[in-house]
Amino acid sequence: MYTQDMREAIKIVEKTRDRRLKETFPRLKPEEKDQLLRSFHPDYMPGTMRPVKVGPNKGDKMPHEHVDLLESRSTLDPDTFSLEKIAFDVDVLVIGGGGAGTSAALLAQEAGADVLLATKLRHGDANTMMAEGGIQAADKENDSPAIHYLDVMGGGGFHNIPELVAALVKDAPICIQWLESLGCMFSKFPDGTMNTIHGGGTSRKRMHFAHDYSGAEIMRTLRDEARNRGIRVIEFSPAVELILDEHGQCAGAVLYNLETEQHLVVRAKTVIIATGGSGRLHIAGSPTTNHYGATADGLVMAYRAGAKLIFLDATQFHPTGVAFPEQIVGQLVTEKVRGLGAQLVNIEGEQFIYPLETRDAVSSAIIRECRERQKGITTPSGMCGVWLDSPMIEIIHGKGTIEKELPAMFRQYRRFDINMAEQPILVYPTLHYQNGGILINDRAETGIPNLYVAGEASGGVHGRNRLMGNSLLDIIVFGRRAGKNAAERAKSVKLGRLTLDHVKRFHEELNKEGLGQKVAPILLPDYRGKIS
Amino acid sequence: MAEEKEMVNIYIMGKHYQVPYGLTIMKATEYAGYRFIRGCGCRGGFCGACGTVYRKPGDFRLKVGLACQTVVEDGMYLTQIPFYPANKATYDLEELTPTLGTLLQHYPETTRCLGCNACTRICPQELEVMHYIAAAQRGDIEKLANMSFDCIMCGLCASRCPAEIVQYNVAILGRRLYGRHIAPRAGHLAKRVEEIKAGKFDAEINRLMQVNKAELQKLYDARDIEP
Repeated sequence: MYTQDMREAIKIVEKTRDRRLKETFPRLKPEEKDQLLRSFHPDYMPGTMRPVKVGPNKGDKMPHEHVDLLESRSTLDPDTFSLEKIAFDVDVLVIGGGGAGTSAALLAQEAGADVLLATKLRHGDANTMMAEGGIQAADKENDSPAIHYLDVMGGGGFHNIPELVAALVKDAPICIQWLESLGCMFSKFPDGTMNTIHGGGTSRKRMHFAHDYSGAEIMRTLRDEARNRGIRVIEFSPAVELILDEHGQCAGAVLYNLETEQHLVVRAKTVIIATGGSGRLHIAGSPTTNHYGATADGLVMAYRAGAKLIFLDATQFHPTGVAFPEQIVGQLVTEKVRGLGAQLVNIEGEQFIYPLETRDAVSSAIIRECRERQKGITTPSGMCGVWLDSPMIEIIHGKGTIEKELPAMFRQYRRFDINMAEQPILVYPTLHYQNGGILINDRAETGIPNLYVAGEASGGVHGRNRLMGNSLLDIIVFGRRAGKNAAERAKSVKLGRLTLDHVKRFHEELNKEGLGQKVAPILLPDYRGKIS
Repeated sequence: MAEEKEMVNIYIMGKHYQVPYGLTIMKATEYAGYRFIRGCGCRGGFCGACGTVYRKPGDFRLKVGLACQTVVEDGMYLTQIPFYPANKATYDLEELTPTLGTLLQHYPETTRCLGCNACTRICPQELEVMHYIAAAQRGDIEKLANMSFDCIMCGLCASRCPAEIVQYNVAILGRRLYGRHIAPRAGHLAKRVEEIKAGKFDAEINRLMQVNKAELQKLYDARDIEP
């Protein structure tokens, strides 16, 4: 419930609303956007990064939180850990039970492979489940994959890897059709036409959605399908190290049962890393929208095995994280709220940024509004935020739209006695997405034979800034590609003797630098005794 | 910060802890010293991992909430239900027909509903669970699908059901039947997929893949944007 001061501040927003309904704030010119990012985006904040001292990316700057993990030792002692007793011997091992991993498992199984999916928490506990806004695909008459391509490249600052973007946009409609055929309940018009809207940085309305449970709907559908097909899943058993064979091919992984605290050796002809992102590292001390298990495990394991990382210095802050109430600070307020017409407004009731600029730009503008211009609204806990004028949606699209189109958001605020259909909500940027990751090609292959990566753990497709709706797309496109290619590849793989020699070599490198005091992957954040 | 805050007393599985006022049950449990393995997933109200039941002193009623979305209250006496065994039918969606027969063939126990409404009362999403089960009993799959759409499959309904129905699994069967067999297909989508398979956009995308950054930037800045 809002405080008296906040209710007073809201009156100013209400006063300017009628006028603002007719206003379109001018879009940023390219040089303005560049200047804004350099001055206010957290990626450019001094003191948040350092060069990593070991491994394939030696010398590259990354956030301290990532470097800390990459410069850590294995949880296993490679000299004494035995790979003799093999618990599972499969064609394809998928590590990660989110949208990318489950898509991969489904496609690998379809291609005839014996698949095992190992996941850290429950099957479906992943950022996929929390994606609210939607999934992009150029399937309308006025749109084309080429236009989508241009939007993706521009959003990523033209740093994206072209072949990955081409794969993303060309597979997009195929993936939506696949999900439709699996019974995903996309929001449609009565004739079957997909209801689509804009997201930040889109030039066409190509955001498909399922109310604001888009990711949840996709995830539970894929999971149900995996269960129907009898795909083997081991829950609460994250991978803690990759296994290579004597020829340097990826040959499986060591799993760790979080409940029994036992290790399991999995031998696999091909391995797919689909471990997701890293929001729970709380980069630059930021709160995050991410699920509990987003701790960059896949990056750590792949890096030790020799895989190259890319764009890990580009972190996405979602412009609209909850700034109030305190209990849910940092949680996501979907971009769909702006897609439906809500404006961002400062304490004077004025707009300060076009609401659907790319996320990096909108986040930077909000930070500027609060820090430099001092036009934010301060909460009782001392946090600063700006208004997201949600009641505009009800005026533009009709009363009841929010409850119908944004049921999750409406419910989230109602739980704390805020009616977002009548009152604006307070937002501030929150750590949301790992733009970079393990470098892949358009077959989802890494530089290590038989090792594939899909989804947020991978890097290259989004350049330095992902657009809304391209993450749900990414996990399906590259999850499917990884699954299909890994299964095909598995047919001709001949594995040699299993080893952890790469871990030994990595430890030697750490020793030389005087590093390796900590161990990784960390698997879960530790909030014991703290207020997270 | 924490020291200045007013503290409340909570009882996690019967054990007493003092935690700052205003925290969610999840954060309070962590503050008390727990590190979750089960019972914690998205931390944002979407995944259903943290269903929690509690009672308050002097009140016989069993209350319920998601640990990540419910604020602690003084005297709260709580436990999580992170897992509850559930009956899940398996099926080939492609071969099913969207009928009452299909629902009952896979979940015959649906007809055992006693109408006690315990499921609706316990649902942390405040869904009309009993009513969607009634829709299922009538074979009204569209209603079953829409009424259950916001379900996060936390399993609390199934934990309370005297008829031993697993409501959320009936619901997802209903939604998938609706999405696959009842909702009209998107014609424009099928058309676009055909065009892509025929290579209609390959030349244009290949051309874009070749141009340099400056040229691409120019094309990007000149895009017309759908109003």
